Formats: sequence, structure tokens, C-alpha cells
Amino acid sequence: MARFLLPLSIFIVLAGFLAYGLQLNPREVPSPLIDKAAPAFNVAQLHAADKQISPEDMKGKVWLLNVWASWCVSCRQEHPILVDLARRNIVPIIGLNYKDQREAGLAWLNQHGDPYVLSAYDLDGRIGIDYGVYGVPETFLIDKNGVIRYKHIGPVTEDALNNKILPKIKELSGV
Amino acid sequence: MSKFLASLALGLACLLPAMTLGADAPSAAADPALEKRVMAIAEELRCLVCQNQTIADSHAELAVDLKNQVREMLQKGQTESQIKEYMVQRYGDFVLYRPAVKSNTWMLWLGPFVLLVGALIFLLAKLKKRNSRLASEQGLSEVAQRRADQLLGINGGDSGKTDGPSAVPPSVKEEA
Repeated sequence: MARFLLPLSIFIVLAGFLAYGLQLNPREVPSPLIDKAAPAFNVAQLHAADKQISPEDMKGKVWLLNVWASWCVSCRQEHPILVDLARRNIVPIIGLNYKDQREAGLAWLNQHGDPYVLSAYDLDGRIGIDYGVYGVPETFLIDKNGVIRYKHIGPVTEDALNNKILPKIKELSGV
Repeated sequence: MSKFLASLALGLACLLPAMTLGADAPSAAADPALEKRVMAIAEELRCLVCQNQTIADSHAELAVDLKNQVREMLQKGQTESQIKEYMVQRYGDFVLYRPAVKSNTWMLWLGPFVLLVGALIFLLAKLKKRNSRLASEQGLSEVAQRRADQLLGINGGDSGKTDGPSAVPPSVKEEA
């Protein structure tokens, strides 16, 4: 009578793995940059081509780096959430305008709202490669010492904001 | 006749688009030796957008960007392992098309063989147990053995002289 217990328990273990695996996203590539220094860059700003922006400028603050583009459809999905977050003045959000035309990027911000303190202009995508960007949008949470602490892949949802990003911000701000 | 020629020409013209099939993404450099090296490395890197392709095969924009990055690094004189290291630093181990053999990928590489060997051992053990069980069950009881002999005519049993299927062995009958 106990003979069926072995195959049954093996089945239950496998079913457990399946149940866990079905909740994972196989296309998600976790970032190896977590807890590493944010890669340096020094490029022109989107709005003011004569001014530069670098992660060094944000040292001492907890901030978000949001990768966006005017050609990115999913970015429109998360944009209202970012605009709202900027309005609440919790952390500064710096945009990274990825592989975009300057005019198109500016027009897009005009149309959909601009939550960014400013945007860096990454025309050839090199900054994106340094940050391991493989899709748009992506959002990085960077701490006061310029270390990447969290990466959100895909559009920022209310759920992700409230359950993952905001708590981490609180933690890093030492509140 | 001219109608035939016209339709023939039309038919052949329809084949023209087919001549563009199989065109690769055009390479930027004029240097074929460099391109070969770029493609060799590109075949070892995964395109993170179309994740089942290498950046050599993929036409995604990120793949083109990464190939340009590889080309640039080769022109600067970097080695293949330096370039791979550069990519892994930014994208993680997943960017290598062939998983690296590291302590946390042993299960990936050896797992199937371990399972195979384990299953074979289990099978052999089960078979052995089964064989020994069958062998021990083959010993009949003495009474049954004699009855079998008698029926088969072995050891002096009189095989033709039974009264039909009967559970009573001849020895018991004789005593009666």
C-alpha cells in the first residue's frame, strides 16, 4: 500500500517546482549591476544640448534613472505613474532618452508630461549598453553613494511602485 | 506568340523578389577579416531581445548595437575573452550563448547525465530484485512438484494414468 507513496511524493515535488516556475518570467534578465556603482557617463542634456549630466551630479541623493523613448509604446503606460511620483516630490527622477531623436523626445514630453528633473540624451545607446538596458522602459534606483540598488524591468506599475520601489526608497533615504 | 512571351516575362519578373531572400543584415565595415572576427564573437553572444538567437543571427536593434560595440572593441585591440567579460559585466551570464561552466552551472551541464545514470542504476536494482524474487518463487512445494513430475512423466511418474484433473496425488490414493 505504501508503494504508491514514492511516485506520488516525487510527483508532488515536481508539481511544486512547476507551480513556482509558472510564476516566473522566463524573459526577464536580472541585472548584474545591483549593488555595483552606477556606470559613469557624461553627456548632453535633452533640453539643453550645451549642458552636461553625469551620475556624479546626483551624489548625496537617492534618485531614479528612467530609460524612455518617444518610440516606446510601453513607456506611455508607465508615464502617468512617473508624472504622479514626480508631483509627490519623493525622489528626483532623471530620464535617459534612449536612441531617440532630440525633437521627437522633446515633443513626446510636451505631449505626455515631463516628470524628469532633466533627461540625458543617449543617441547611440552606449549609456544603455553600460547599464545593461535590453528593452525600454527600465528604471534604476540609485542610492546616495551612486550605487545601483534596484532595477525594474518594463513599465513601472502601481503595484511595483508601492510594494517594491517606494519601500526601497524609504530604506535608502534612512527614513 | 507575343501573349506567351508577355506572360513568360511577367512570370520571370515575379521571381525577382525571391532573389533578395537570404540577404544578411549588411555589414558596416569594409574589412572582411574584421567582420569575420566580429561574427565569430557575435555567435557566442545571446541577443537579449530575441533570446533564442545570437546577436549574429538577430536583426534586432540591440543586436546591431552590440555588434558595433564588439567591432569597436576589436579595433581597439581587445581580445575575445575581454569582450565577453565586458558583456557579462553588463548583462550577466545569460548574454553568453553557451552557458559558462561554473560552480552554479554544473547542474545544468551534468544534470541530465546524472539523472540518466541514476535511472539506469535504479532500473538495474529493480530488475535484480525482480529476478531473485521470481527465482525463489520457482521452487514449488514438494507435493506439487511430485504431481508435476507425474503429469510430465519425469522421474518414473506414470503420465498417462491419471483420472483426469484431480487434486489428490496418487500416493494418497494408494493409501486409501
